[in-house]
Amino acid sequence: MKVTLHVWRQESSEAEGRFETYAANDVSPDMSFLELLDVVNEGLIESDVEPIAFEHDCREGICGSCGVVIDGSPHGPHEGTATCQLHMRSFADGDELWIEPWRARSFPIKKDLVVDRGALDRIIEAGGYISINTGAAPDANAIPIPKDDVDAALDAATCIGCGACVAVCPNASAMLFTSAKVAHLNMLPQGQPERWSRVARMVEQMEAEGFGNCTNHGACQIACPKEISIDFIAWLNRDYLRAQRKVG
Amino acid sequence: MKQIASFYSTTVGKKIAMAATGIVLVAYVVGHMLGNLKIFQGPEKLNSYAEFLREVGAPVLGHGEFLWIARIVLLAAVAIHIVASAQLTLQSRAARPVGYRNTPHQEFSYASRTMRWGGVIISLFVVYHILHFTSGTVHGDFIPNDPYHNLVVGFQSWPVALAYIGAVVMLGFHLYHGVWSMTQTLGVNNARIERMRRPAALVLAVAVVIGYVVVPVSILAGWVT
Repeated sequence: MKVTLHVWRQESSEAEGRFETYAANDVSPDMSFLELLDVVNEGLIESDVEPIAFEHDCREGICGSCGVVIDGSPHGPHEGTATCQLHMRSFADGDELWIEPWRARSFPIKKDLVVDRGALDRIIEAGGYISINTGAAPDANAIPIPKDDVDAALDAATCIGCGACVAVCPNASAMLFTSAKVAHLNMLPQGQPERWSRVARMVEQMEAEGFGNCTNHGACQIACPKEISIDFIAWLNRDYLRAQRKVG
Repeated sequence: MKQIASFYSTTVGKKIAMAATGIVLVAYVVGHMLGNLKIFQGPEKLNSYAEFLREVGAPVLGHGEFLWIARIVLLAAVAIHIVASAQLTLQSRAARPVGYRNTPHQEFSYASRTMRWGGVIISLFVVYHILHFTSGTVHGDFIPNDPYHNLVVGFQSWPVALAYIGAVVMLGFHLYHGVWSMTQTLGVNNARIERMRRPAALVLAVAVVIGYVVVPVSILAGWVT
């Protein structure tokens, strides 16, 4: 199959960006979207053009690095998949696709489709951890936890930090990310000692990074490759409200 | 005070302020609607209800004082609601300085997309509505303390009735997304009521639209004269 790609090219954070058009004429429907970019890049290298920079690592949907916006949808048209899990059979022969990086003030473009998602790391640094000395692994069931709590916490813990929620949000809000990262610790017994300072500090860091605010459209839970629910945003709001009384 | 200021300084705090003032405004919208429906009991009942609103709280409160307290509370709620939403909107616009070539075609509901401009339209309508039925400034035949007469004469003009109906429908959309958002912002989502939130917001919005629209429709149709 053949596809035409309009790809955002930008040399650096400071440079002006623009769309460049590339034709891919020998595309297998079984290629992943990243493999398509690999093939296009091989052609560019042969013709002495700087290849398209895009981030990728595991290519199996768990590392969260490969996000690009395809025709307005982060990670492409399917629900519950990352860009690396998108295959060319999802498109039709002759399709024209517009490929853009995540767009948010808090995610400066480093090059082409690669953005700096350090803002998400700094939200984690503000409290998304548990301050204990980890010795040997404890017995699995040493701390009894109700099944529903474990399930909910693990649903939140599936967040791979890709930033699709920010990318799709009309407000460029990081509430879905932050709520998942707060909830997966605050819902479990191990997270309780630092619960209130954690939620307060992570929300404050999210604010400091300049993300927008949630208007409850729910676009993020559709874009999320891990299908994390906006119920966690409600949960974060309540935890933050309660933290006001606990930590002042 | 310092704690309130630092709480409000976050977007989450501002949204909670919007939700809290939203509760006050929703309560008022429902109360006002129930009061309006007294029109179907005839002129005496409606006018004596209007008089009752001036006398509530007597003898502790003087004539009309309750109404002024209510107006001040509502005005404060509206002011906080609007200021917070304006601040949040500006912050969100700044968070995405460069947009996408193709807007992400995730489906936002019509209600959620129109919250901001819908809110502006509703607040402009409220100003007109007060000039129309409270002060009578833009009412052709206003008789103080005769709300039944003012209402019937006012809505016999179909452009006025149509504008009113349009604003109420806009309010319905605002409430549908707003009431659901309120539960989200205040974190009211335990498992038992989780699935109730959307339907409850829909029922409330539809009830409010019908409860308000039935008055001008009945007057235009000549059922209430």
